[in-house]
Amino acid sequence: MRSTRILSAADKLIEFDHVSFGYDPASTVLRDISASFQRGKVTAILGGSGCGKTTLLRLIGGVYPVRQGAVRIDGEAIDTRNAEQLYKLRRRLGMLFQFGALFTDLSVFENVAFPLREHTDLDETMIRDIVLMKLNAVGLRGAAPLRISQISGGMARRVALARAIALDPELLLYDEPFTGLDPIAMGVTANLIRKLNDATGATSLVVSHDVQECFEICDYAYIMAAPGVVIAHGRPEELNASDDPQVRQFIRGEPDGPVKFHYPAPPLAQDLGLTESR
Amino acid sequence: MSKRSTEVLVGLFVLLGIAALVFLALRAANLSSFNGADTYTLVAKFDNIGGLKVRSPVRSAGVVVGRVTSIALDPKSYQGVAKLDIDKSVQFPADSSARILTSGLLGDQYIGLEAGGDEKMFAPGDTIKSTQSAVVLESLISQFLFNKAADAGGPAAPAATAAPAPSGAKK
Amino acid sequence: MEWLAAIGRHVIDVLRSLGHHATFFWELLRTLPASLRRPSFAVAQVHALGNLSLLVILSSGLAVGFVLALQTYYALATYGAADSVGLVVNLSLVRELGPVVTALLFAGRAGTSLTAEIGLMKAGEQLSAMELMAVDPKSRVLAPRFVGGIVAMPILALLFSAIGILGAYVVAVLLIGLDPGNFWSIMESGVDVRRDLGNGIIKSIVFGVICSFVAVYQGFEARPTPEGVARATTRTVVISSLTVLAMDFVLTALMFSTR
Repeated sequence: MRSTRILSAADKLIEFDHVSFGYDPASTVLRDISASFQRGKVTAILGGSGCGKTTLLRLIGGVYPVRQGAVRIDGEAIDTRNAEQLYKLRRRLGMLFQFGALFTDLSVFENVAFPLREHTDLDETMIRDIVLMKLNAVGLRGAAPLRISQISGGMARRVALARAIALDPELLLYDEPFTGLDPIAMGVTANLIRKLNDATGATSLVVSHDVQECFEICDYAYIMAAPGVVIAHGRPEELNASDDPQVRQFIRGEPDGPVKFHYPAPPLAQDLGLTESR
Repeated sequence: MSKRSTEVLVGLFVLLGIAALVFLALRAANLSSFNGADTYTLVAKFDNIGGLKVRSPVRSAGVVVGRVTSIALDPKSYQGVAKLDIDKSVQFPADSSARILTSGLLGDQYIGLEAGGDEKMFAPGDTIKSTQSAVVLESLISQFLFNKAADAGGPAAPAATAAPAPSGAKK
Repeated sequence: MEWLAAIGRHVIDVLRSLGHHATFFWELLRTLPASLRRPSFAVAQVHALGNLSLLVILSSGLAVGFVLALQTYYALATYGAADSVGLVVNLSLVRELGPVVTALLFAGRAGTSLTAEIGLMKAGEQLSAMELMAVDPKSRVLAPRFVGGIVAMPILALLFSAIGILGAYVVAVLLIGLDPGNFWSIMESGVDVRRDLGNGIIKSIVFGVICSFVAVYQGFEARPTPEGVARATTRTVVISSLTVLAMDFVLTALMFSTR
């Protein structure tokens, strides 16, 4: 079941217009993807591993050029060879990587201060204030002097979030923010994502395979499947009520359905030698 | 902040490097001898310059007073022409002579200047008239053998004896 | 004729690799002016690559000086030229062993640490994160390390030679009993600052460029897995060492040809 959402041009912050992409000429990771992401909302991109959802984020960041179609930000197509356009684009976004991607040679404070030092001329006292406020927003102000090796994985992701919001970006990209976290940390993270989005009026894209957490915080969701296609999109309630077997299997976590449980193999009896092989 | 201590350490490191450079240049190499600032040029022509090289020393009474700056062949007289940079503080009489000598038995060759008795001194750019070429080992040996043969051969020998004279044979 | 096609493919691969190295080098050079506007990063790298290599370089230099003095003494004593030990050791160090051995040691110690560090940053997505923060990793991470290596290497080579000569002095004069005056004066008169010392410095600068570039390139191009980083560090040492030795031959032939 497809949603009949219609967005005005001004509402679409990001638009994928019949995008096809592959990391090398032989493979294709995304096939003819069309999707749009509404300004000011939290949109989830869900799917199993290998369906190409992280690739979407990388294309938005302008890391790779698309093979076909275009990725438009605010109506303007991304040209990966235009260094100035990429620079401006990346100044407007903040990305949270799956494991944080913190700079291991810097302290927690220095990590969050990094974008400020690189892109602004603010003096030290201002930088200190901003860093502490960002850390406070994620609840880690007390951890400022710690080194990266001293903090846990969950804390690392929160520091990375503080770093991602250091310059108050309009667009926040989250790559698998819930993976590997305990229920409390997951709840904290989900809460932060929603609160930040609402408080700053930013647009958030959350890539994940955790359906429950995402549905609790997102306004809209896209579901992708293995060959690199979108199989459904809509508001969480619409997707929950979907009849599509692929969507139902994914949302309910059913072990068998359109995505088979068994890896292709000859019949069991044949493997065990009980019947004559052909 | 440890940034400052890092900078201090790097400064020390660079200082150590400069110290090593100074040590190597002064104590372990020939930088301390003059470098062409207060010198004047003399020219010497030889029938055979032997193993003389550019930057070979010019000595007088064993003391280094200059360096060889260039060696070339005079296309007209087929003589070796050596240009010498001599320290300004040392003047030589216009009839001084230059010989190509060897330091030690198998060492490097240098030019030895022997002061003459003239009242007039060399002017910059002058040519040293009296020169003696390098001793060529082969001619020494052949002279020696020849003398030996002459001695053994009998009284016809005397005409053949000679002091090792400058010869044109290639070394 | 399959082997012909295989050779052809191999040649094309080599050419492509060379081209990739060249473009990378050019891009690195282009970032230098911007990255040098904040010299504190390069200074920190000079510390990491230079100061922290001092122990290895100085102890190796001392050891090489000892051994060289001993060996040349044995060789020269048969010709009654034992007093020239200082001269031979100095020339060997300043012209050849100082720049070359320092470069090999540098590749092993500093080069591998550079490659591993950058490779691990790549594996941990730190370089991608930087890129998406609109900070060029080549300018922020690679260029300071490249510059740091080029600055550190000649200094290390000079220190290697200097301490080697001192080591030779210890062996020749203090242990064997040669005359100290002769030791220094024969050395002084035989070593030319411009030709020997100067060329040695030029060599060490060239080697510094080679080792730093290879280390930084291998780290940046490493596959972001543990095996990828391990193989990259090995490649750094091997490629640096072989290139240094090859360049040494070329430079020596150019600089020290007898006229």
